Amino acid sequence: MRYLPKSPSERQEMLAAIGVQSVEELFESIPEKFRLRETLPLPPALSEPEIIDYFKARAAENAPGYTSFLGAGVYQHHRSVVTDAMVQRGEFLTSYTPYQAEISQGTLTSIFEFQTLMCQLTGQEVANASMYDGSTALTEAVLMAERLTDRRKILVSRAVHPEYRQVLATYAKNLGLEVEEIGFTATGRLDLKAMTREKLAGAAALVVQSPNFFGVLENIGEAAAVAHSEGALLVTTIAEAVSLGIVRPPAEADIVAMEGQSFGIAPSYGGPFVGVIATRDKFVRQMPGRLAGQTTDAAGRRGFVLTLAAREQHIRREKATSNICTNEALFALVATVHLCLLGKEGLREMAQQNIAKAQFALAELEKIPGVRRAFSGPVFNEFVVQFPRSVKLINAALMRERIIGPLAIGTHYPELTKRGLVCVTETMPRTEIEHFAASLRRILEAPV
Amino acid sequence: MYPTDYRYTKDHEWVKVNGSTGTIGITDYAQNELGDVVFVEFPKVGVRVEAGKSFGTVESVKAVSELFCPLSGEVAEINSQLSDTPEKINQDPHGAAWLIRVKLSNPNEIASLMDAKAYEAYIATKTREQSA
Repeated sequence: MRYLPKSPSERQEMLAAIGVQSVEELFESIPEKFRLRETLPLPPALSEPEIIDYFKARAAENAPGYTSFLGAGVYQHHRSVVTDAMVQRGEFLTSYTPYQAEISQGTLTSIFEFQTLMCQLTGQEVANASMYDGSTALTEAVLMAERLTDRRKILVSRAVHPEYRQVLATYAKNLGLEVEEIGFTATGRLDLKAMTREKLAGAAALVVQSPNFFGVLENIGEAAAVAHSEGALLVTTIAEAVSLGIVRPPAEADIVAMEGQSFGIAPSYGGPFVGVIATRDKFVRQMPGRLAGQTTDAAGRRGFVLTLAAREQHIRREKATSNICTNEALFALVATVHLCLLGKEGLREMAQQNIAKAQFALAELEKIPGVRRAFSGPVFNEFVVQFPRSVKLINAALMRERIIGPLAIGTHYPELTKRGLVCVTETMPRTEIEHFAASLRRILEAPV
Repeated sequence: MYPTDYRYTKDHEWVKVNGSTGTIGITDYAQNELGDVVFVEFPKVGVRVEAGKSFGTVESVKAVSELFCPLSGEVAEINSQLSDTPEKINQDPHGAAWLIRVKLSNPNEIASLMDAKAYEAYIATKTREQSA
């Protein structure tokens, strides 16, 4: 969208055309007392050199040279410069929703490719393109389960990302959904024994995350079997999408709600990201979000269109599957370009490096007296460790050595104080992991 | 064309009453206006429906339309065959492609519906309006 300034004479010409004397006249229907007379409390306009200086100063506030072991829903991964070059092309960057297939085949093709990739990765039959992020995708998946089962009770594992659960709680509170949380065991996995028949009775969905908030992989097959035994659907959420390069896809899940940030999207300031919902073909009409479909044109040539739009708000208003009437098309394109560059083998190799580096870091940390692994379940690139003292104290000391330490999960789990969530991706050099372990050892050897 | 033992709504649904049960569908006029039907969204069996209120939707290649219930009652049966063969609505709207059966709570409501003759006159006006 371009901003086109008007000259005073052009303004006069436009006013004359509609038969008024001044711009002020256009506001006459608004009573005087409601009109804003004072100027807005904004800083004065800056000249171009001033604005450049301003942004240089802001950029200098960044903290380069720090090593971060934070994950918990946002991950540092390798990103190719090719991806940025592709998405900054005007044809993609400025294009609007491709309602008109005749002039939008490029965008529609890329959306179709994205959906195909998401299906292949999640083991599901149909995927949308797209949702805002992982947390809102999860909530939409739960609402979908509610519509499909006509039940109001939702069982959510406590090992699901606490912020995802907060988003769900916000929606649930106003929609009359009853959310019950299910605990976890010493493995860090969902406590299947807590899933009694009484608990399950009348539940629309069981919600698990894998890898879960503790980095532990859930047994999706078992969780699905338990949920299905009482007619509930299994909703699986994935915050770390790179795990799908090596972890078995959650094919037994009925709905998969995923955060796609790990596929080439910079962590930025915690967004914007891209969410995805993938599901079984038979549930497609209850799935929210944009969907491109393959068809043939009048000449029989392969082409793509937006399809099943009756689910969407611009057609069905309040009867739509969701209030979401937009998507994250550009970020879906980032993910598509990124995945196509990596290829199947590239993604697997990236995932393998995450496992190898995380295992190396875990082994290095466990050599430190008083530091031990908190959960025994299998992990991908994140794990929880137990420290002999407060994680916040440790992190303050680490920060002085330019290390951003593990996330103190006691904030979200009162029973898990002195535990920190460590994330190690393929971007972390071995020397940095060793430096982290050595610093931690020194900090813990010093008296409190 | 329009069965004389059926009753009709201005929203183009028909109902055939048999004792305390009403069988409900959409009219030939409706299917013709909609074009190829691709999906029907049914209510659940046991749900209460009210005369004049929506009980589901029918989706065609052209549009999504609400289905309005001619008479009040409780949904006793749905024509689940239509889930796999929605095109039957275009082929046999007054017969095999009935949509739902309702256990009627107030059969007297039928007095407010049109008979075949009145409905044919009603759609004739509609058609004239459209061609005008």
